Amino acid sequence: MATYGRIARDGLWDNNGVFSMLLGMCPTMAMTTSATNGFGMGVATAVVMAASGMLVAMFRNYITTEVRIPVFILIVASMVTVVDLSMNAWMHELYKVLGLFIPLIVSNCLPLARLEAFAAKEPVLPSLWDGIFMGTGFTIALTAIGAVREIVGSGTLFADASLLLGPAFKFMEMRFLPEDMGILLMILPPGGFLVTGLLVVAKRMIDLKAGKEIQMGGAHSVAA
Amino acid sequence: MKKDNAMKHGLILGAFCLGFGILIALTDLVTAKEIAARALEDKINSLSQVLPAELHDNNPIADAITLKDEHGKDAIVYRALKGGKVTGLAYEIYGSGYAGEIKLMLGVDAAGKVLGVRVLAHKETPGLGDKIEVKKTDWILRFTDLALGNPPLEKWKVKKDGGQFDQFAGATITPRGVVKAIREGLEFYAANQAKMTEVN
Repeated sequence: MATYGRIARDGLWDNNGVFSMLLGMCPTMAMTTSATNGFGMGVATAVVMAASGMLVAMFRNYITTEVRIPVFILIVASMVTVVDLSMNAWMHELYKVLGLFIPLIVSNCLPLARLEAFAAKEPVLPSLWDGIFMGTGFTIALTAIGAVREIVGSGTLFADASLLLGPAFKFMEMRFLPEDMGILLMILPPGGFLVTGLLVVAKRMIDLKAGKEIQMGGAHSVAA
Repeated sequence: MKKDNAMKHGLILGAFCLGFGILIALTDLVTAKEIAARALEDKINSLSQVLPAELHDNNPIADAITLKDEHGKDAIVYRALKGGKVTGLAYEIYGSGYAGEIKLMLGVDAAGKVLGVRVLAHKETPGLGDKIEVKKTDWILRFTDLALGNPPLEKWKVKKDGGQFDQFAGATITPRGVVKAIREGLEFYAANQAKMTEVN
């Protein structure tokens, strides 16, 4: 039985959906042209993951192994539809920015992977917890990739954050380079691969460094 | 026994489909009205940018008419009326950009002069082609007050093609598509002027 601390740590860092498991690459590439977009996509995914994790855990004793995959997809797709309709109705400004990408959550294999690996076997609360933290880890990863691409590509950071989060967040919008000075490649599709790759390397290097210290304490290598 | 199992799995899957189907139907029921209201607000918003408020005393959406465009597709024409006379028209026009269709709203006055153009949706390259958005640059505002013949028809092109409109550094296809869409939009007006300005 995993502890809540362990689950949170796994989701946020050790087993991060993007940087460790390399899942959900489709929305990761498509939605990280700016930190704000990455953040919005991450939050929408986290909501779907938490809700679907909870539902699968609730029904886990009724879902037989043979039909589990279609049932999981059904649950994820239903949650996506509910989020899509609700956002369109009650968070319309946000929906105009993210609306096109919400249906992409269905094709994201990260929610499905967590349902199969976690929620199908664990009780409701840990599954909800896992969904929240895996989703938060996903949000952090997307925001980080978006931030790097935006700073280098457009010279801004959190541009249009006030459209997404409300006028109170205007202070987050920053500009580092003059207009038209960014390296355009970074906000085009290749930039997504470059930045994601480099950040994966950075995370592995940090893990490796931490791993060496553990090694000195007598544990076996964790660099895998 | 095997048959029983298949039955059981089928029933489980069916039950989940039914349950979540009901959930989605309920969500739709709750949100449908709100979503329709938001869509209408968006439409009013985009219309108000190309049909100035002082031009009309009616609701352009209520007085819309449907015409066939040159491709036989239905085009909804929103009409601004003042004192029972048509003072302005607005309709969607489409250009082909670098990455698919660009959807714009064109407003013209009763004499065929451009009142304003705004981009409704596009998939152009961020940082290059998206300069057609009024949010990013004022490029699109240069079309206001122009008409067929002003500039002359052969000048309704980007500079690279011998016309009079600036392209962007690194992006020619996007402005070329927009200029062509606006020219065709004005030609659509010229071809349907009688039907558009007739008040019944």
